[in-house]
Formats: sequence, structure tokens, C-alpha cells
Amino acid sequence: MNSAVTILVVDDEPAIRRLLHASLARAAYRVVEAGSARETLAALQIDKPEVVLLDLGLRDRDGLELIPLIKVAGAAVIVVSARDATDEKVAALDLGADDFVAKPFDSEEVLARIRAALRHRLASATGAPVLRHGDVEIDLAARRVSRGGEDVRLTPKEYGFVAELAKSPGRVVTHTQLLRTVWGAGHENDVEYLRVAARAIRRKLEQDPSRPTLLRNEPGVGYRLQVEA
Amino acid sequence: MNDARPDPDALLRAAAREAKGRLKVFLGAAPGVGKTYEMLSDGAARRDAGVDVVVGVVETHGRRETEAKVDGFEIMPRKPIAYQGHTLAEMDIDAILARRPQLVLVDELAHTNAPGSRHDKRYQDVEELLAAGIDVYSTLNIQHLESLNDLVASFTKVRVRETLPDRVIENAEIEIVDIPPDELIERLREGKVYVPDEAARALGHFFSKSNLSALRELALRRAAQAVDAQMLDYVRANAVGGTFAVNDRLVVAISEQAGAIELVRAAKRLADALRAPWTAVHVETPRDAGFTSAESARLAEAMRLASQLGAQIETIPAESALAGLRQFAAEARATQLIVGKSRRSRWFELRHGSIVDRLVRDAPGLAVHVLPLSEAGAARKMRLPDLGEGWGSWQGYAVSLGLGAAITVLGRMIFAQGSITNIGLLFLLPVMLAATRYGLRTGIVTSLACSLAYNFFFIPPLNTFTIQDPQNIITVLVLLGVAIVGSQLASRVRAQALLAQASAAQNRSLAGFARRLTGIASTDELAQVLCDEIGQRLAGNTVLLMPDAAGLAVRAAAPPGGRLAMLDDAAARWAFDNNKPAGQGSDTLTASEWLFYPIGTTSRVLAVFGLSRPDAGAPVRADQLPFLLSLLDQAGLALERIALAEEMADLAHVRERDRLRHALLSSVSHDLRTPLTTILGSLAQIRAMSPEQEDQLAETRAEAERLHRFVANLLDMVRIEAGALHRKIEPVDLAEAVASALHDLGTALHGRLVNVEIAADLPFVLVDPQLFHHCLINLIENAAKYGDPGTGITVRAHRDPQGLTLFVEDEGPGIPAGQAQRIFETFARIEGSDRKGGTGLGLAIVKGFAEAMGLGVSASDRADGRGASFAIRFPPGQLKELPPE
Repeated sequence: MNSAVTILVVDDEPAIRRLLHASLARAAYRVVEAGSARETLAALQIDKPEVVLLDLGLRDRDGLELIPLIKVAGAAVIVVSARDATDEKVAALDLGADDFVAKPFDSEEVLARIRAALRHRLASATGAPVLRHGDVEIDLAARRVSRGGEDVRLTPKEYGFVAELAKSPGRVVTHTQLLRTVWGAGHENDVEYLRVAARAIRRKLEQDPSRPTLLRNEPGVGYRLQVEA
Repeated sequence: MNDARPDPDALLRAAAREAKGRLKVFLGAAPGVGKTYEMLSDGAARRDAGVDVVVGVVETHGRRETEAKVDGFEIMPRKPIAYQGHTLAEMDIDAILARRPQLVLVDELAHTNAPGSRHDKRYQDVEELLAAGIDVYSTLNIQHLESLNDLVASFTKVRVRETLPDRVIENAEIEIVDIPPDELIERLREGKVYVPDEAARALGHFFSKSNLSALRELALRRAAQAVDAQMLDYVRANAVGGTFAVNDRLVVAISEQAGAIELVRAAKRLADALRAPWTAVHVETPRDAGFTSAESARLAEAMRLASQLGAQIETIPAESALAGLRQFAAEARATQLIVGKSRRSRWFELRHGSIVDRLVRDAPGLAVHVLPLSEAGAARKMRLPDLGEGWGSWQGYAVSLGLGAAITVLGRMIFAQGSITNIGLLFLLPVMLAATRYGLRTGIVTSLACSLAYNFFFIPPLNTFTIQDPQNIITVLVLLGVAIVGSQLASRVRAQALLAQASAAQNRSLAGFARRLTGIASTDELAQVLCDEIGQRLAGNTVLLMPDAAGLAVRAAAPPGGRLAMLDDAAARWAFDNNKPAGQGSDTLTASEWLFYPIGTTSRVLAVFGLSRPDAGAPVRADQLPFLLSLLDQAGLALERIALAEEMADLAHVRERDRLRHALLSSVSHDLRTPLTTILGSLAQIRAMSPEQEDQLAETRAEAERLHRFVANLLDMVRIEAGALHRKIEPVDLAEAVASALHDLGTALHGRLVNVEIAADLPFVLVDPQLFHHCLINLIENAAKYGDPGTGITVRAHRDPQGLTLFVEDEGPGIPAGQAQRIFETFARIEGSDRKGGTGLGLAIVKGFAEAMGLGVSASDRADGRGASFAIRFPPGQLKELPPE
């Protein structure tokens, strides 16, 4: 069923490209490779990929510059980066990247990110579905969050927080983006609002708030909502 | 009018007093008034008030009351010093510095130490104690004060040799110990007064009532002056209203005459009374070239004393004393000028005019004080400058007399024509020539010869030496006069030229020295050049010491290979530590053959320069001193320039190293991570064909992951050490941060249970989320590694008024004794823990990251002793309270 989905793997290391190619092909994606920015731009034109796995460390051009170009071409971007490069991740996400995975990556994780990115594209095409995680249901169309069938009362900000994440389930949303959409322009640096809201949401929705499985934190970057496929 | 701004100088003085120990002086008019007793009483009161007081040195002179007073004190043992077969016991300053009491009692401030002590004088010991921040109580009799020395001697007829510079007590608190003269005389009769040797000789006279009254008045006046000055300082420092006269500047003119020393002391008294800075100036005129060695020595002595008493000293060259003084007073903006009353003969003054009169006339803004000089040197007669001409050369006589003969022959020829008038004028020519070119004696001989020739050949009766016409006597006298005046004028010009030459030579030498220094780029070369150049210019042995890792070491010497004896080394070290000269010719460690000068700025000593004579004589003559100081100033500038250049080079080196490190960092990051990513990713996709393979695969995966963590940790460590951590501080929820860390750790926990105890109402912590995340991962991973198999891990937060602490605790062997600090060091691992397979970097990274964020880390055994406990401390400034819901 994935036969139609094309994924472009951009990395200047052939070994990494081969590895990703193998694991993606096993998951029945069509895989194309690019080793440089130039090849990437060519592949965007010719192969029209749905998702691009982009390593930022290219030799001929800064990978960050490619993100807007890929977005314009209509593909989702998942950035593959070194684990500590928080600033780089945030910059990539702010430029429109859909998500990131840290090197060295787990193939399962890469596949999960790809699924989330594809779902987002699907969701924006078909309207908001109902999301599930354990006994929690999030129905964006009805503006309803329930747990074990019971409605959960969230404050407007808490609901806004959850809804913003639910629009792109499984994908990370940056602090800045959350603060701007839920609290409004001018609050982009008030990270403690997010912390307070996240704490309240976990208390209301998580089985064990000290080991959250639904509302996940990416230190220094943002939050993501982990839902069942 | 008054803008009430605090006077910076006064503030500085106050600040200097703050940091240093305080001196209190018990001042008495004469021995026996009870100073020591009073000092001990005061000391006892401080001791009873809980102050740490010791007795540095106290002379009881067998007085029972005093001895009883000493009993309750801790007494510092004295240091025995062998001197000429005797053993003298001096105060042990090193022992006191090591003991570091708050207050030390030191009797007899004016005492002279035994030769071989660190300082010549006890007051210098006291100054060092004060500089070390130790308070000192001391005693002093008024006649020991340097500036009052002459005055006291003038009426007591007893001259005290142990004198004390006035500056020592300038900032001291002064307490007068006073008893009426009658009572003191009574105590003397009862034998209660210890009489020092000097006084014993003049006992009856010294302790007369009139003397004691005078001394008492001096003491009281001096104390009042001190209080006055301190009050003035206070007023200036605090800018308490009131107007102040423009600061006085005092200049004292020093000559080679016998009274110069008294003049210096008088100037010091006046400067003190006016609280004015003062300068002792000597005007170098052509006359200086004719000084006897005694006169030169007297001049040098007067200048040295002035410098010791706190004056700035200057020597300026000028055509005449008057011109020099006038110019200097104007340049220095002096308001007060002190000169000695010249004992030049009335005749001299009639001819040249009194310098004093002309000074007063020419410098209206200047108060001129004229002091009579003592008679001791009055016998000095006017002496013509001796420029080593002696009797002059035979060529001089030959030329002059030959010219005289020629004139005679010529005169005879003219005379034969019948014209006689003014023929005598012709003889002026040889006389002038002789006087100006060949000196006084040749001039006089020539003038005599010409007179005789004129008389013999031209004055009737001709061909006899008889003079009939008195007019002709005048001609002879004129010739003589011309010879004398002409030769004096000429020799004065020559002397001036010689002085100017000497001065120009010195300037040239200085300029050459400076030029020589500018081209040098390394400290070693500079050190050697300094030693060579200065040694050559002052004709002495030189050595340059500079600080290194081990202390102070000889960096260069001329002649090369010079070494210092222990005592010399001590002097050099002292000069370096105290930024003051030491060794022969200074005030400190004078037994050294060397004289050491610190080189550098007022705040930083860069090196110490030493000078000595091959014959072990005085290293520097007084007249060379200003030249040496100029050279050393230049040397200091050059040293500083090179030190700066070397620092810059070091910095460039560090930058280059950082650049390389960074290059290595990104290279390692890329080159190692990429293959690791491939290996880990491939391993994850391999399916085992048998249980055996399954085990091998799991082990390979674990090892690859370990390698990955090691590389990651190594990179983190490099970033910490390079100071290249990029921090972005934001509020972080501890519970959330711990949850993220636990999630990322995943299988590295080896299935251990983690018990998280973090209360919901704890404030957020202000940290860099990413760095903190790694701290937590490393701490928890460490606990998982070292805890006993099957045990759990506890992560708990505890709040107290001093902030918040996060503990990560395991159950296991705990931390071996003495390892609590070492455990955070790079590559430190607990003994015998190799099997755990750690990298030895995890905890060092925790510490590095935590400190970069302003957090503290510590390790200890758990309170219940069941394992190790690691703590991260958040100070109150790094907490952010939750907004109310």
C-alpha cells in the first residue's frame, strides 16, 4: 500500500544512504538517494518524493537552505541531525521541517517519523480524525477530549496546547510555535506557560504523570503527542 | 563655591589604612614616663576584650610593675643574632608573621637592630607587620623623631643616634604618656628610670626641668599635629564642607654646604606642618665640577636624607643657582621655597648680588624661607674652579709669550715712528689669548711679562723697570685684571660646556639604551641586553631575576654565569615581594653585596635588577642613581612591552589550538558517528539464525552502543574543556526532565526500577534543557552501572531555604572513602570497577555541564548507608516559582 510513496534520502555518506535505503525498502517504500544539494534539487523535480530524509551536513550547500525549497516542492522534511544540535533542530523546524531524528538513529524510529509525516499530509487532506492513545480520545472536530469515555475538562489554553499538537500527531512542535498559536504573538519566550500547562495536562490525561507516554517532551525543542497509528 | 567632592588622595590614604594593620604609638617626652607600662595596660585591655594579642618585644629594664604587667601575655621568643662575639636577641618578625596575631606589642620603635637582621631598624619590622594586616602598639620618645633631632640636640646637647622617619607615625594613632617634669625627676632619683647610655653621659643636663618641659611641649605639639592632620584627612576624605587653600608645594634648595642636612630637616618640618608634598632640588652649576670629595659626599648625603624623609629629589643643570631655582620653582609650581643663607663674603654679594634678594624680587608668588646655615662649613673660601689645568701647557706659554715678544717688536717699530699713545693696549692681545685659551696661570704669567716688557721698552725712562708716571701703573693693573677676568670667564664657559657634554652624553646614552631595547622581541634577549648595557654604563656586575614557576630565578647576568649567595637571593626576593629596593645602599638587608631594584609598574613587579661592584664597594654612587633609575624605567617599559607581546602570542597560540581542537571535534563527530550509525542501524536489521547467534548479536549491539556513548562523551568533554558550551537557559520542570531522561535511557537501565519522588509544587529550575538532560542521563546511567544487580534507583528532589537539591541514589557499595571529590575528575573511576565498563567520563561531564550552568554537584554515601548518592544543587537564584493557578 506504500508502493506509491517515494522517499528521498539525502546524505553525503553512501553507507548511511545504503542503510536507510535497505530499511525503507523493507517497509515497501520507493527509495531514491541524493548525495548533494544539487542531486537533491534534481531528484525533487524528477522523482517527486513525498518525504525527504535530509542530513544537514552536505558538502556543497548548507542543508538548512534546502528546507524551504523542499517544502515548496510539496514534500515533507525529516531532518537527520547530530543528537546535541538543539539550535540546529529548532532552526530546521522553524524553517518548516516536519520533524527530526537524531543520529545514530533507530530504524523503527525513522519509520515512525515517516508515518507521522505522511499521516499529517493525509489528515490535512481529509479533515481531522479522532486520535487515540490508550483510553484517551482527542476529537478535534468536536473539540472534545475524553478519558475512559468521560469528558476531561481542560482549560482553554490546555485544550489549545493539546489541539495544536493533535493537528500533527507524532510530530514535534516547537516551543515558539506552541506559544505563538496558543498564547499569541509576544509570548514566544514564556516557556514556563508551556511547562505549567504540560504538567496540568499530564495530571489529567496520563496514567502515570511522572512517566508520560502521551505528551512527550523534547528537551529544549518542543513537545509531541504520541498517538496510536 | 565648595563642591564638597572627596579628595581622592585622602580617600586613598584612608583605604591604605583600612587594608593595613593600625599603628598606635605611645609617645613620651623622655625615658621613664611610663610608656611601656601604658602600652601593656592598653594591650591587656584589648586582650581581655577577646583580641589575639602577643608581645613581640618588651624591655622591662627590671621594673617590677612592668614585669608584672607582661606576665599575662603570650610572649614571642626572640631571635638570637650573633654579632662580634655577642649574641643579641632581636624581635623575630618571621615568627610573628607566621603566628599572625591581631595585635602585637613592640617596645621602642626607634630601636636599631643588630647587624645581619632583615631590617636595619625596628620600625621597618613594624611596617612589615602593619603591611601584613597586623595591628601594632609601640612606644617612642619624642627626641627620636628625625625631624626634631636637631632641635632636641640644640637644647639638650645630647644627640640621639637612633632616629625614626616622621612618616612612620604620620598615620598612627598617638597617645601621649605624660607626667609632670618634677615627678619624673623624682622617679629618676628613686632609680625608677632606666637611663640609656647616651643619656647617662649627660644625665644631669638632660633631665633638667627646663629640658623636660621643652621636650614635653614638643611631644604635646607633635601629638596635636598628628590629630590635626588626621582630622584634616577625615574632612577631605568625607568632603565635609569648608574651604581649603590650594595645596602647597615646597621646594628646598640643596647645596654642598655644611648646613644642607639641617636645611632638609627643617624643610621636612615645614612640609609636615603644611601637609605639602616637597622636593629637594640641587642646581648643578659649573661650580659643581670643582667640588671636593667631602663636598660631593655632603651633597649626596643631604639628597639621600631628603629622599628618606619622603621628598622627591631632583638634580637640574643650570648656568647659575638662581636661574635654576627660578626655573624649577616655576615648573614645579612651588609655593614655598627654602634656601640656606649663603655665607658668601660681603664682597661676593656686592659683586654678584644676593641670590635670596633676587629670588624674592623675581618670583612674586613664592614664599621664600631663608634659614641660616651652621658654622661648620663656613671656612670654605671662594675657590676658582679647577678644571685640571694646573700650570697649563708649555705650548701655551710659548705661544703667549711669543706673541708678547712679537707685539714688543712691533711696538718698538711703531714707537720709532714717534707715536706712543695707547701702545699698551696692544699688549691686551697676548694676555687675552693666554687667559681665554690657556687658563688663569698662563694669563697671569703673560700679563706680568707683558707689563714688564711694556714698562721696560715703552715707559719712560726707557729701558729701565722704573715707572715714573702713575698713569702707567694703571696700565699694568689693567693687564693683570684682564688676565684674571678673561681666564675666569673662559673657564666658566669651558666648565659649562663640559657639564653640558656630560649631560648630553648621559642623554645620548639613555636614548641609545632605549633604541637598543626597542628592537628586542624576547624576554631572554632583553634580560641579557639589560644586564650587559647597564653593567657597561655603570661599570659594575649586574644580574636580572624574573619570577618563574619555582619562584625568583636569575634570568641573565653580566658577566654571564653570575650566581647569588643566599643573602643576596633573600634581598632580591624581598625587593620583588615588596616592590622596594633592597641590599647594600638601601634600607633593607644591607649586608648583601648587591643592590636590588624592582622593575615594573607600581602595581606589578616584573623583574628585579641587581648591581654590585667587583670590589664589593657601594654598587651605585649617589650621582649615578637618577641615571640608573631612568635606565630601569626604560627597562620596565621594555619588559612590559615584551610581556604583553608574549601574552598576545600566547593568546594567538591558544586560538590556534582551539581552532585545531574544533576541527578535530567536527572531524571526530562526523567520521566516527557515521560508521557507528551504519553499524548500529545494520545490527538492528540483522535477524539471528540461532540462539547462539542471538547472543553474539546482542553483545555486538551492546558494544557498539558503548562505543557510541564513549564517542559522545568524549565530544562533550572536549566541549566542556574548550569552554565551548552554548547555553540557553529556560525554566524546566524537574519531573518532566527526569521523565525525558528515563525515556531516552531506555535499555541502558537494564530493567532497573526507578523511583521518582518529585513533589508537584516544586519550582521550575532555570537551566539549559539540553545540558541538563545529559546531566540526568549520565547520573542515572552511572547509578544503573554501579548499583548492585536487581536493585532500584531513586531520583528525588528536596527543597530547603538554601535552594533545591536533586538526588540520584543507588543501592550498592557506595563511594570509597576519600573518593568523593576525585570521582568527578576526568577518567577517574572507582577502584576495581573496570568490569562495569564505564568510560570514566560520565561524572566529569555531569560536573562540567552543571558548573557551566551555575549548579553545584557532589557525591556522598546515602544517609542510610545503602549506596551512593549524587546531588545537583540549584541555588535560589536558579529557581522559578510556579505562577499561581
